[in-house]
Amino acid sequence: MTYSSQRVALYYFGGALVLFFVQVLVGVLAGAVYVMPNLLSETVPFNVIRMIHTNALIVWLLMGFMGATYYLLPEETETELHSPRLAILQFWLFFVAALVAVVGYLFGIHEGREFLEQPIYIKVGIVVVSLMFLYNCTLTLLKGRKTAVANVLMLGLWFVAIFFLFSFYNPGNLSLDKMYWWWVVHLWVEGVWELIMASILAYLMIKLTGVDREVVEKWLYVIVGLSLFTGILGTGHHYYWIGTPGYWKWIGSVFSTMEVVPFFAMVIFTFYMVWKGGRKHPNKAALLWSLGCAVIAFFGGGVWGFMHTLAPVNYYTHGTQVTAAHGHLAFYGAYVMLNVAMMTYAMPGLLKREVYNQTLNMWGFWLTTGGMCFMTFTLTFAGVVQTHLQRVMGMNYMEVQDQIALFFWYRLGSGVAVLLGVTLIIYSLAIPGREGGRVSTPQGAPNPAE
Amino acid sequence: MSERLTKSAARNIFYGGTLFFLAIFIALVVQSHLYILNVSSNNDRLTESIIRGKRLWEKNACIDCHTIMGEGAYFAPELSNVWDRFGGKDDPEGAREGLKGWFAAMPTGIEGRRQMPQFNLSDQDLDDLIDFLKWTSEIDDQNWPPTDAG
Repeated sequence: MTYSSQRVALYYFGGALVLFFVQVLVGVLAGAVYVMPNLLSETVPFNVIRMIHTNALIVWLLMGFMGATYYLLPEETETELHSPRLAILQFWLFFVAALVAVVGYLFGIHEGREFLEQPIYIKVGIVVVSLMFLYNCTLTLLKGRKTAVANVLMLGLWFVAIFFLFSFYNPGNLSLDKMYWWWVVHLWVEGVWELIMASILAYLMIKLTGVDREVVEKWLYVIVGLSLFTGILGTGHHYYWIGTPGYWKWIGSVFSTMEVVPFFAMVIFTFYMVWKGGRKHPNKAALLWSLGCAVIAFFGGGVWGFMHTLAPVNYYTHGTQVTAAHGHLAFYGAYVMLNVAMMTYAMPGLLKREVYNQTLNMWGFWLTTGGMCFMTFTLTFAGVVQTHLQRVMGMNYMEVQDQIALFFWYRLGSGVAVLLGVTLIIYSLAIPGREGGRVSTPQGAPNPAE
Repeated sequence: MSERLTKSAARNIFYGGTLFFLAIFIALVVQSHLYILNVSSNNDRLTESIIRGKRLWEKNACIDCHTIMGEGAYFAPELSNVWDRFGGKDDPEGAREGLKGWFAAMPTGIEGRRQMPQFNLSDQDLDDLIDFLKWTSEIDDQNWPPTDAG
């Protein structure tokens, strides 16, 4: 950490970790309701549990992206943030809005489009928060050095805000509603969020491997190019069965199949940079998370996405547990692991410590990643059986759910493993290690974190 | 990566290509917008009651348990064809009464069975919501879902 204004990232990482824990805890609760359906059914129905689970996820990921931006932007632009005080004010507004939304959900105060359940005043609040954030970061970028990492990151963040504006358009025609709803949901996670992901990974590669910036940034442009060339028209794989024209079956199938390519490129990129760089950075946990992020994003987003993206396959699998399996591993690999990678890298500097709790952090990595993979396998099996019984044989929905109950027990078990893993991760990030946090590198020589 | 591709060339390809694909996407979405209004969704029969029904669907966050046209949570049955499942095509009055009876019976309280909350909807609300589900079942959605089970 070279610039004092980078410290505002600590607020965002702290807030993100709190919501991360809430998200996973409530996720385990939702998994428990699947196998014990009378649990809380009169007080907190499943739909409320589920919206807290998904909304907490989205908010903490965004909060993490903002923290990452505030952390890396001064280093990239070689200048202090425009206004650290505005950044802190913006954090509290965002965090309080998130808490108000969650408490409101418990009392039945929500709108009812999936992932966009926030009441209108919370949505307006999110726009205000975004404007404060973009104003602060854009002015920082304008007065400093303009690297490809900073430019691509800011481009991604601007379009996150722009596409969010479609959440205010809710026509009475359900087909139209769905078509533009995907402008927020798909163009975020399979579009501009990938810009954020690739640029943060590029930053971490520069720092952790020591490979020349010119090389890393050329890769960055190629990867984000592949992401958007495939991802924009890849939106078509959501336009098969909602009343849109039949040609989307071709466009969606072809382009969303190619969405695997940028994810594969990120795997090649990260491993090649590590191999080529050869720098022994002491923060091994941050490197593990960065490589893990690229690999699991490739499997969760790329492979599990491709598995059910072709229209003739999707006709049968659409809206089954196959979708749930893909959703869980894709979000975990691409965005959860990215945020944890960045936090693992940045926290020692922010807390003014040498790298610490590396072993604990890596145990958290394996336990959480193992749990998420197992959860994905069980949901995939559940989805395959469900697809056959319900979509081919035509068996009644609830009877099918009884047939796949065993998989939901396994899913609950893997959820508990994830909760334990996440607890380890949060502890290892937030609580400095023994000996005053001065855990030295294996060679015994204290190494700077950067 | 090959020396032939410079960083500025990669950057230009990224910006140019993105604008190109975005332009195609926007053009196709405009065409799809018109297709939905004029061809697939019976927009001319989109009554006030159906729109009120959609707002009730949203107010009660039905989509966080159910799916509709395959989108939503996967905790409860698909509802874009619930009208057909209740026999609405042959006996609209019977289907409407059947659905109202279903709402009235919730929650069942049966041990070990997923519970739907009691939403305390008025008769007018129920008619609006059922009109919305009926209208949705009539959207031309490339014959999805494959079976009546949804």
